[in-house]
Amino acid sequence: MTEHVFTMPVSEADIRKLKIGDHVVLQDTLFGIRDATLIHLFDHGRKTRLDLNGHAVIHTAPNVKKVPVSNSCPVGYEQVCIGTTTSQRMERFTRPLMERDGVRMIIGKGGLGEESAKAFQELGGVYLAIIGGTAALETTWIKQILDVDMDDLNPESLWQFRIKDFGPLLVAMDAHGGSLYDAVRSNTDNKRAAALARMGVGS
Amino acid sequence: MKIDLEAVEETAKLLYIRALKVLPDDIKDGFKRLDANETDATGKSILATMIQNIDVAEDTDNLLCQDTGIPIYNITIGRGIEVDGIDLKSAIRKGCARATKEYPLRSSVVHPVTRKNEHTSCGRRVPVINIDFSGAKDELVIEMIPKGSGSENGSFLKMCIPADGVDGIKTFVIDKVIDAGGKVCPPTIVGVGVGGTADLCMKMAKIAATRALGSVCEDREGAKLEAELSDAVNTLGIGPQGLGGDSTSFAVHVETAATHITMNPVAVNIQCHSARRAKATFTPQGVEIGV
Repeated sequence: MTEHVFTMPVSEADIRKLKIGDHVVLQDTLFGIRDATLIHLFDHGRKTRLDLNGHAVIHTAPNVKKVPVSNSCPVGYEQVCIGTTTSQRMERFTRPLMERDGVRMIIGKGGLGEESAKAFQELGGVYLAIIGGTAALETTWIKQILDVDMDDLNPESLWQFRIKDFGPLLVAMDAHGGSLYDAVRSNTDNKRAAALARMGVGS
Repeated sequence: MKIDLEAVEETAKLLYIRALKVLPDDIKDGFKRLDANETDATGKSILATMIQNIDVAEDTDNLLCQDTGIPIYNITIGRGIEVDGIDLKSAIRKGCARATKEYPLRSSVVHPVTRKNEHTSCGRRVPVINIDFSGAKDELVIEMIPKGSGSENGSFLKMCIPADGVDGIKTFVIDKVIDAGGKVCPPTIVGVGVGGTADLCMKMAKIAATRALGSVCEDREGAKLEAELSDAVNTLGIGPQGLGGDSTSFAVHVETAATHITMNPVAVNIQCHSARRAKATFTPQGVEIGV
């Protein structure tokens, strides 16, 4: 296991160095996206003015507070509680996010599927697992809401956060076809019969 | 005893916010128990972060999880309580909307077709308000459960047939826990409904998923089933967040109801590790808020 610290954005070469089981800490910039953001971007043909090229996105929809615009809150939003959501629902958007917008890292919980794994290999991307349900802690890694686009979808807007020491995040799917979720699933499938036998099923 | 509806509204608001911030003691104890038994290094480190998050939420007075969930209010009305039912439901709804606006909380509730968010955590038939009755004299209890969506999406119903027997029930639960994997934010409480009609079966699964840890099914057969299933799910190796380990679930809870001679329904509803609940008890002495 290697620890990596990246100041965003990153290059394809940076990403291809990562292996499942590695730890990653991000600095500077992180974007937040969610179901509705992606549906509007890719199914409804909307465009964003924000540049995601080489960046990380987290599957999120934050709790925020509206405040007057100031230097510390340049778009009039202050963070309240920001965490992650289950990634699998957004599986079909991984490739277009990478191909069209140049996203390199996807952060979420529960993992992504085979199509995402292929896109990570072909285009140079990774899935970083963050721990679901630990938003109080994760909010302490977010310093500021820098920008927001598509805010008619609030809370599922496209958010830009300023971050400091965001992590450790676990490389759970890498650009070499490795997936911690596949390993666990295959192990679990092997244990299924024993679990059922333990309860006397089929006997 | 006459119920003060302004107090109900205020309590509905406070309960929502409190439930989002402070985990019940039985869940905190559940974490300690899982942590003591976890043998996988990744699993152990994830549990440690979850435990740290519980402390950070309390220290920083913040929400445990970003998901404010679908608000559910379970109301239990004891004997001798005087309250207008429509006004009671309206007060709950107002309190729920006020929590969302005044805190402010993320409203996670949208219209199912237009996907429009009213930013009140309310909508058609939401908050979910369940009303039941108890034999307690001069007592009204309001329990608030913000039900997270990651785990709620781990809901499944199968109308097994009598020939599938109990084996069919056990197999269904194990397969659904495997399919849900890390998506439902393990360690979980797996709620299982057995019997009844299709709707009652799913309702029981929700009751089971949101019961306190340590509670036992009142039906002896259900209690036997939950003990067997609780043991079996933690041999699957899914682990915290589905990344491997022993701690897949705090427990499997089962609720049962009589069913039809031709039926053998089983339902699964899962609660994530942020197993949030808060409760208020109205008595002639006042309102007591706890979990």
